[in-house]
Amino acid sequence: MSTLRVPVTSLDHVQGPEDAPVTLVEYGDYQCPYCGLAYPVVKAILAQLQGRIRFAFRHFPLTEAHPLAETAAEVAEFAGEHGKFWPMHDLIYENQHRLSLPGLFALAGALGLPQVEMRDALGAHRYAGKVQADFMSGVRSGVNGTPSFFINGVRHDGGYGYPELMAGIEQAMMAEA
Amino acid sequence: MRMGSAALEPQFRRDRFGFLLRQGETGQFGASSLASDRVARHAGPREGNNQMADILGPGAKAPDFTLNVTPDQRLSLSEFLGRRVILAFYPADWSPVCGDQMALYNQLLPEFRRLGAELVGVSVDGVWCHQAFAQHRNFHFALMSDFEPKGEVASAYGCYRQQEGVAGRALFVIDEKGVIVWSYLSPLAVNPGADGILDALERMSGPEKADVDSASARNVA
Repeated sequence: MSTLRVPVTSLDHVQGPEDAPVTLVEYGDYQCPYCGLAYPVVKAILAQLQGRIRFAFRHFPLTEAHPLAETAAEVAEFAGEHGKFWPMHDLIYENQHRLSLPGLFALAGALGLPQVEMRDALGAHRYAGKVQADFMSGVRSGVNGTPSFFINGVRHDGGYGYPELMAGIEQAMMAEA
Repeated sequence: MRMGSAALEPQFRRDRFGFLLRQGETGQFGASSLASDRVARHAGPREGNNQMADILGPGAKAPDFTLNVTPDQRLSLSEFLGRRVILAFYPADWSPVCGDQMALYNQLLPEFRRLGAELVGVSVDGVWCHQAFAQHRNFHFALMSDFEPKGEVASAYGCYRQQEGVAGRALFVIDEKGVIVWSYLSPLAVNPGADGILDALERMSGPEKADVDSASARNVA
């Protein structure tokens, strides 16, 4: 059984209350089409279980397969520094089918982020260390592809369609109760 | 179908750059059968050497072999003596799970090399198939062709699957002296990930800092 080796901390991007009975962690890649499929599923589950679930997203960019994944992750981190991680996260997935470098800058513009500063941050790979730390924490926890989910620290070995992911979460909730 | 669009900020529906947010999520959701194709990816046991546990285990001498890595280049395991080797058998080029597994390992090459290890992939696919696969996926490690006699090397390591005619998804970590220090057989449909490999490499004493980088540059398929 693979378990999350690095617990969710304040360094993570988190939605939902800290004392929620269930913590869902996703390791994802912004250019991975399967993550794109999982995105609305996670959204729906978070809406459904609002107040009872905490969600953290960690980067797992497979850059050789997805040349924009690393940059997109760094863009999300940049947005995070300006308090807009989740809006950027959502925008990237919602525009995944047309992901491009100019497009990422356009998304930053749409969120009112300083684009020149973003260019410099990307150029200096200011967030590469954070992204790599996420990636390695995933590898050491048994992430073998994206998306990979952990429910209360245990890797979810089922699928990530709504029914399967929801079933895994409900099971964890019952175990907590 | 309930989807998450309600949670989106209305102003993001269409921005001035023409970025449209997905309105018809049903289209996206309709493709969810794709996701369920990958359900099996995670299924099954992961710890220890499980069923069919007749693959070579720790302490065994790694059988030497010579296979093609490119149409005109052959490589022997014995050429790696003095370095650590990760031998990753997999069933087939192009199948989704292997793709993920090899893509992950490809991404981890710097980490493997930091730990003094070379990565070699082995399947029964032919050299031209390997070449196309490696080029398509930007792999920076050697894929060896266990093609003729088919599966001979996989058989020597105990991971050939007669029934399917492919190599099982077996991993071997081999030390500088050519001795297996860790092995693991994953169910055919399950990508074993890399945590076991990294744990095994870290349990070994510090890597003999051979010139792994320049040596591996030679071996790129």
